[in-house]
Amino acid sequence: MPARVVLQQADITRALTRISHEILESNRGGSDLVVLGIPTRGVTLAERIAANLERFEPGSGVVGTLDVTMYRDDLDRHPTRTPSPTRLPAGGIDGKTVVLVDDVLYSGRTIRAALDAIGDLGRPRAVRLAVLVDRGHRELPIRADFVGKNLPTAVAERIFVRLDETDGEDAVSIEEAP
Amino acid sequence: MKHLLSTVGLERAQALEILDVAEDMADVATRAVPKLPTLRGKTVANLFFEDSTRTRLSFEAAAKRLSADVITFSAKGSSVSKGESLKDTAQTIAAMGVDAVVMRHSASGAARVLAESGWIDAAVVNAGDGTHQHPTQGLLDAYTMRKTLHGDASRGRDLAGLRVTIVGDILHSRVARSNVWLLATLGASVHLVGPRTLLPVGVESWPVTYGTDLDEAIADRPDVLMMLRVQQERMHAAFFPHEREYATGWGLDDDRFRRLGTDTIVMHPGPMNRGLEISAAAADSPQAVILDQVSNGVSIRMAVLYLVLSGSSSQEAAE
Repeated sequence: MPARVVLQQADITRALTRISHEILESNRGGSDLVVLGIPTRGVTLAERIAANLERFEPGSGVVGTLDVTMYRDDLDRHPTRTPSPTRLPAGGIDGKTVVLVDDVLYSGRTIRAALDAIGDLGRPRAVRLAVLVDRGHRELPIRADFVGKNLPTAVAERIFVRLDETDGEDAVSIEEAP
Repeated sequence: MKHLLSTVGLERAQALEILDVAEDMADVATRAVPKLPTLRGKTVANLFFEDSTRTRLSFEAAAKRLSADVITFSAKGSSVSKGESLKDTAQTIAAMGVDAVVMRHSASGAARVLAESGWIDAAVVNAGDGTHQHPTQGLLDAYTMRKTLHGDASRGRDLAGLRVTIVGDILHSRVARSNVWLLATLGASVHLVGPRTLLPVGVESWPVTYGTDLDEAIADRPDVLMMLRVQQERMHAAFFPHEREYATGWGLDDDRFRRLGTDTIVMHPGPMNRGLEISAAAADSPQAVILDQVSNGVSIRMAVLYLVLSGSSSQEAAE
């Protein structure tokens, strides 16, 4: 199937820079921020956003990872998923503003699982959501606070996010289903 | 993974997956809410046809931390004492709607029979069958060794180069059998020590070296010294003349413990016969990881229950 590239490296970098500024703007500064990436690619994006935050406001780039595998509602529908480690920053998340980061926002079920996982880890002051791509088709009342790009898609299409750290290049592409 | 019956034939990748998932499960215990919703709506039946406290409690704790419901059956004071067969007991429990059966039985091979007979659909986890296998014990021992060896950087790594000496009643020990094959798969070298009468026939074909002299094995300074329990309940013949003679020849007494040096970790699957196979000083020393083994056991059993109970069965059939 032909894959159509919709975001190239420069687009991704620009989107992440803008999201980082928006996070600081909505938080009125860089205090008490924790950026949590959802494996696999959300972790890489979270690290890039945290590096941006650190550049704009030194001390604000606190980053961690949040695995949501054990909170999913579709464990019975897929082959067994292997969980990844959850790593919280030393200060924890109590009273902080947590920014969840994922690559693609689709049904919203991953974020639902992430909210449940956060509830078991502590009580943040607020939880925000940043995604690189919002492709629509929500199945739950969940929306993103910071969006890299809105990409209207058909359900049959597939979105591929490739990042330099894990895949050797930065690109977001759409592939039509066979 | 549909069942966990034995460490024989458990592939390296599968074993590492269980150990790695257990790492994540161990992290859960340190959190504000040490509980996961993962197995909500699943029912785990503990079928214990043989006495056990720690294994049963450990499986129960593991299932409950994953939000599964647990029903427990112990043979004492049950229909088994009225003569019910394994098949009927298992089918009765299965009819109550269980997703996994954790079974301990005094007959070697009982878990495999239950898994492969087609009597029940549930996943089967062997929690000890006779003198055959006790795979979760082998896994928790390997986990404990890996944690001691690699610390927080354990994920994805095996036990290559680790020298493990297992001492005592190898003949009756399902713990030893589970460890020997798993440790060999993970790249450790295993040395067995015990009285000749308690080394099994056919030990030559195991992936191990073996001997009868504990002092010699201690002089070798292994990385891990695992003392096995003397299983009085399985000693139906005279394997050694007297308890004191066993303690003198194959017990980890204070003198041997001193000669061992401080780099060797001391393990014991419990319950301990203090003064027989292990001295109180050795059991309570900082290099004894016996209580770590217990807490790691819960993490391992959480990982195993997760891996046998999640994932769609149709997908697995297709694989």
